[in-house]
Amino acid sequence: MVIKTLIGPVEIDVILKRLACQLVENHNDFKNTVLIGLQPRGIPLLERLTSILQSDYGVSNIPVGRLDTTFYRDDFRRRDEPLKANQTRIDFLVEGKRVVFVDDVLFTGRSIRAALDAILSFGRPHEIELMVLIDRRFSRELPIQPDYVGRQVDSIASERVKVEWDTEGAENKVSIVQIEGDE
Amino acid sequence: MNELSVDHLLGIKDVTENDIRLIFQTADQFKEVINRPIKKVPSLRDITIANLFFENSTRTRLSFELAEKRLSADVVNFSASSSSVSKGETLIDTVNNILSMKVDMVVMRHPNPGAAQFLSKHIDARIVNAGDGTHEHPTQALLDAYSIREKLGDLSGKKVVIVGDILHSRVALSNIFCLQKLGAEVMVCGPTTLIPKFIHTLGVRVEYNLDKALAWCDVANMLRVQHERMDIKYFPSIREYTMQYGVNMERLNRLDKEITIMHPGPINRGVEITSEVADSDQALILQQVENGVAIRMSVLYLLANRGLVSSGD
Repeated sequence: MVIKTLIGPVEIDVILKRLACQLVENHNDFKNTVLIGLQPRGIPLLERLTSILQSDYGVSNIPVGRLDTTFYRDDFRRRDEPLKANQTRIDFLVEGKRVVFVDDVLFTGRSIRAALDAILSFGRPHEIELMVLIDRRFSRELPIQPDYVGRQVDSIASERVKVEWDTEGAENKVSIVQIEGDE
Repeated sequence: MNELSVDHLLGIKDVTENDIRLIFQTADQFKEVINRPIKKVPSLRDITIANLFFENSTRTRLSFELAEKRLSADVVNFSASSSSVSKGETLIDTVNNILSMKVDMVVMRHPNPGAAQFLSKHIDARIVNAGDGTHEHPTQALLDAYSIREKLGDLSGKKVVIVGDILHSRVALSNIFCLQKLGAEVMVCGPTTLIPKFIHTLGVRVEYNLDKALAWCDVANMLRVQHERMDIKYFPSIREYTMQYGVNMERLNRLDKEITIMHPGPINRGVEITSEVADSDQALILQQVENGVAIRMSVLYLLANRGLVSSGD
């Protein structure tokens, strides 16, 4: 397994602040906006974003939810490893709301397709936007594109983009992992 | 561990503690799903499930059917009373005919113990035992244990008494296995005629006095008196049974603690428990019914996830 660091902690800080800034530009006072982190890996990004929105822009009352898409995936029983369901927590109505999905890496687009399906179980949003930290362009299998992108990355199928957060003494980092023996 | 260790759910005896915990974890997520405005997920949309009920059932069949529909599976129903079984067709022939219609999973209730086991050896589809005679009723035991866990937390060290007709009850046997696997202590209580002779070899306590049993336990699971399974008189009269083994408020008020009351249904009101108890806050009966759908969704989902069903890949 070969590892190459793509983005370090300083640049991640800059990216997070820019993403928060873009959100503020488009959503002003967030009166009709809800943020939904996609389980499991969209949650740390969402937490950091909301913390910046609060500290830098004084926005504190945005409804925040977490959505698990396991039951909506189209690769159920077609994967090598069975999927484990995560918790969904959306304690508000999304009917008529502007929903922003937040996830760490956009790859084939299938998770987002599942998320689009899943969110409709909670009502009919006015619009849905997508924010990702990393967009693995050229690897999409569905016509899905993000509205807010931290960084675009060119990678091939046998590589994996790994996002690590500064928990338990580690630092914010995005790296590319080459999986040896992979197809 | 994201996968069950078994291909079929034939009984609690065959599954591991990890399996039970995985079923509970997944049921937690499904419980959230069934409380949404749209209570349906597309997980099993390419799966066809046959509900084969060779014995009458209302709530279990409805609960399974609802679970299947909320997972978007295609459902076919079969009941023996209106079928060729009454013309003498064998179990395997009946089921093979149904499977020729490309059914992936079978939920079966049958009056004979071991029917689900027998079937699992002869057909390819996944099988969920929805009660086989006096043997096992695994999903009922799972939803009972899940409901206790929801109310009282982890089952380890909890004391549960199963009261009533243990002899004819598949719920009792599955409950004993399930609760013990999760670390609970189990007692059975009932008239001597309705307690199987060697039940203590399963590691359960036996008590014939209901008041002593209630004083010991955290949870009392009251079983229905199954008149339909009794070919002889096991106790002198319903009135006497109720006096000895029926739970009423007076009995509960005599205890120095609040215990939780459960009942797998249907209740013979005024026999096993009084209406006052059944409708009180101490009773978990309606939660059991709600949890039943989540547990059954979880079991069907996880069994389909075993990946051996014809999915076309």
